[in-house]
Amino acid sequence: MFVQAAETAEKVVLTSGWFLEHAYIIPLIPAFAFLLIIFFGKRMPMKGSEFGIASMVGALVFSGGAAYQWIQRVNGAGEEAFIEPVVKSWTWWQNGGFSFGIGQHIDGLSLTILVVVAFISTLVQIYSTEYLHGDRRYTHFFASLTLFSAGMLNMVVAENMIQLILGWEIMGLCSFMLIGHWWEDGANSRAALKAFFTTRTGDIGLLVGTSVLFFAANDWTQKELGLSGFSIRGLSAWALSGTPGQTAITVGAVALFIACIGKSGQFPLHTWLPDAMAGPTPVSSLLHSSTMVVAGVFLVARLYPVFFEGMNILGTNVNFIVVIGGITIVIAAALAFVQTDIKKVLAYSTVSQLGYMMMGLGAGAWLPAVFHIFTHAFFKACLFLAAGSISHSASHHSFDMKKDMGGLRKFMPITFTTWVISTLALCGVFPFSGFFSKDEIIDNVGHNGYNLFMIVGLAGAFLTAAYMTRATYLTFFGEPRGASAGEHHDEGHGHDAHDSHDAHAHDAHGHDSHDSHDAHGHDDHASHGPRESGPLITIPLIILATLAIGSGLLNATPFGEKWENMKKWVEPRAVVVNVHGMAEPTGSHGEVKLAAGAVAAEEEGGHHASPCGSETPEGGVCYAPQLNHAPFKWAKGAMSVGIVFAGMILSWLLCVQLYARKNKALVGLTQRNKLLGAGYAFLANKYYLDHLYERVIVRSIAHPIARGAYWVNQNVLDGIVNGAGIGSRKIAGWVYRNVDQKVVDGAVNGAGNAAQGAGGALQPVQSGKVNQYGALLFGAAAIGALVLVIINT
Amino acid sequence: MLLNQFLILGAILFCIGVYGVIARKNAVLVLMSIELILNSVNINLLAFSLRNGSTDGHTFALYVIAIAAAEVGVGLAMVLLMYRNRRSVGLDELSEMKG
Repeated sequence: MFVQAAETAEKVVLTSGWFLEHAYIIPLIPAFAFLLIIFFGKRMPMKGSEFGIASMVGALVFSGGAAYQWIQRVNGAGEEAFIEPVVKSWTWWQNGGFSFGIGQHIDGLSLTILVVVAFISTLVQIYSTEYLHGDRRYTHFFASLTLFSAGMLNMVVAENMIQLILGWEIMGLCSFMLIGHWWEDGANSRAALKAFFTTRTGDIGLLVGTSVLFFAANDWTQKELGLSGFSIRGLSAWALSGTPGQTAITVGAVALFIACIGKSGQFPLHTWLPDAMAGPTPVSSLLHSSTMVVAGVFLVARLYPVFFEGMNILGTNVNFIVVIGGITIVIAAALAFVQTDIKKVLAYSTVSQLGYMMMGLGAGAWLPAVFHIFTHAFFKACLFLAAGSISHSASHHSFDMKKDMGGLRKFMPITFTTWVISTLALCGVFPFSGFFSKDEIIDNVGHNGYNLFMIVGLAGAFLTAAYMTRATYLTFFGEPRGASAGEHHDEGHGHDAHDSHDAHAHDAHGHDSHDSHDAHGHDDHASHGPRESGPLITIPLIILATLAIGSGLLNATPFGEKWENMKKWVEPRAVVVNVHGMAEPTGSHGEVKLAAGAVAAEEEGGHHASPCGSETPEGGVCYAPQLNHAPFKWAKGAMSVGIVFAGMILSWLLCVQLYARKNKALVGLTQRNKLLGAGYAFLANKYYLDHLYERVIVRSIAHPIARGAYWVNQNVLDGIVNGAGIGSRKIAGWVYRNVDQKVVDGAVNGAGNAAQGAGGALQPVQSGKVNQYGALLFGAAAIGALVLVIINT
Repeated sequence: MLLNQFLILGAILFCIGVYGVIARKNAVLVLMSIELILNSVNINLLAFSLRNGSTDGHTFALYVIAIAAAEVGVGLAMVLLMYRNRRSVGLDELSEMKG
């Protein structure tokens, strides 16, 4: 190791442990399980799912052990000491004088995500054994799911950018396979392609950014640290060293951020995420909570120094990241209002929450953003699994809230309770986990001087509360409708919108169990009304709901310094680290720097206590920029919770007026108009009132915004793409008419006439037999080789 | 230095490939034989590049791989069309090109 902790007065000895040193095993476990499932899965009693679940449990145990040893490592070090990440690197391959490594880079950030990914993957796989029971590609599904987790785990432990790209691309491939799991339906395979191509568009940025940074940084990192220009530590230190030119680092950071826009569904590349709902619900849950979409956020958090310097975060101007994050919050939240598909509401909610994370990172709120990844994973996974539970057991595989749900709280008490808890956590109500992360983001964004974006964050919180209340109302309150009320779907219904894929699963089930087409749609699931799901579905829900309440306490800022464990364990410390081989600092220099940092950090705010991120570090390197933390004030917290409640109450009142009363009024009106004529003015007036609510208030407030956003989505963004297509077709047509037909064809015809005469003479050689041509070719080559040998000797 | 062994391996692969191209009647097998030939060339390129300590050979090999992938894509598409039209992939039946 080239880097050691700075020499403070008492030398810090960092503890380590077996799990920490061997964390690279974590992604290998599911990768190995993937091979086992592919080769032996179909012959196993549980069709391969046992390998998947066992590997995820194994990964969870390993990451848990590593996290425990990391906490010990942090606790054993001093308050201000730099906690060196546990890095290992081996040469993967060498080419052209460059060596490409593979290994592990384990610190608080990677351990946080490792634990979350392994935990959620385990629960999702357990849930899937019930949800996809009897599916025709059950083994295949578990293979993809396991490889998907392996990809994410590999990306998280990655020591360098090449390894990170490897994991990133594995995830892209697996998300394609999983979204298109029921590919017999054209809509599903189109959604899979859309997801794949949209993220690929962003991935160009990843490759470009990695290359730009490598060529800009490699010389410096090799000379000063002995690390490759791909290495995450090397890039971080380089970014904060004051040496990089502003152009190189800005281009690199922007290119990398484009990749994050694609992967994390930020505006304007968010369009793939709602379509990705075509996959089975466990996939949506895994994809939207802990893997895939947080990959982009993770990349920004991982290479934060590069983005910090490249985007000039905490500088005087607003930067690219914070703007994109802010736009995403509002656009996605507005779109969630016009959805009738429960999974699409959740999808837009995820997009909006990812916007919060990006906005936090862009505004220097690193820790709250990472903490929001952590808490969001639990409650969003819970919400998706609850939606899956409803469609599995109550609404006959439909996700349409307006047509097929309603009144389910009586039939599904566990699903209902877990849904409500997660909704409250998502909205950021006080004792639930979302409050501690989301409110911190909003608070810190304001504290760092981005006042406009603090207001955007609060508006987003209001919208979140409103659309989640609408979804909750439509799903669980009122009267049961459609499939939930026991109506059977006819054949035609199974082919509209997004419940069609479940019709396919059903089809398979029917074939397996009854081997006849008559069984379609009339097997076990359809023959009864809504009921609670089985324990394999409810137990993961309960575990996740518990964490949706409790996980916020890991960094409960309102309760004081003692509760800020995430800050202590996860946030990298902005300390100047002495490096062997660099100019040695004068004896006491490092000490002075550290002492100054310690003193300044005691003061409130601790603004720029450490030189990291603001000026060139002397006598060492920095691995993390100095960030500020907003002091928590109860008044601010109360204000944001008040806004959330205002959103909930307003939305609730509107929902009652719109959905409950309109139904009664409409039904009553049509019946009585037919029977008794137009005599019931009172009822008509009531209907008129509902009309007013719907036409005037909702249309004039929510609809234009949501529709406008949707319109931009459909017309402007799609229009640009279509325009490019039409333009290139026109150019091609012109080229064909003028160049191809006139110039080229003329030349070809002339040459053809000349060749015809010569061809006649050589006719016998043209036997038409391919093998004979091959023999002639090789014979000629052999003669040529002989001639060469003779000439050369 | 293992240069000889590499070259012998390349030569053997090349001969198998040439035999396949000349003697086989099945179009798919002929395509596979062509792949063998290309890969024997790759082995030669890598062997010499290793010996000379330069990366030019690696680069060429990468190009060859890419072109081989394109070639086999086109080739298989042709075989598929052939099969659709004639319900057979025998090359001996395919002599409409006789001049």
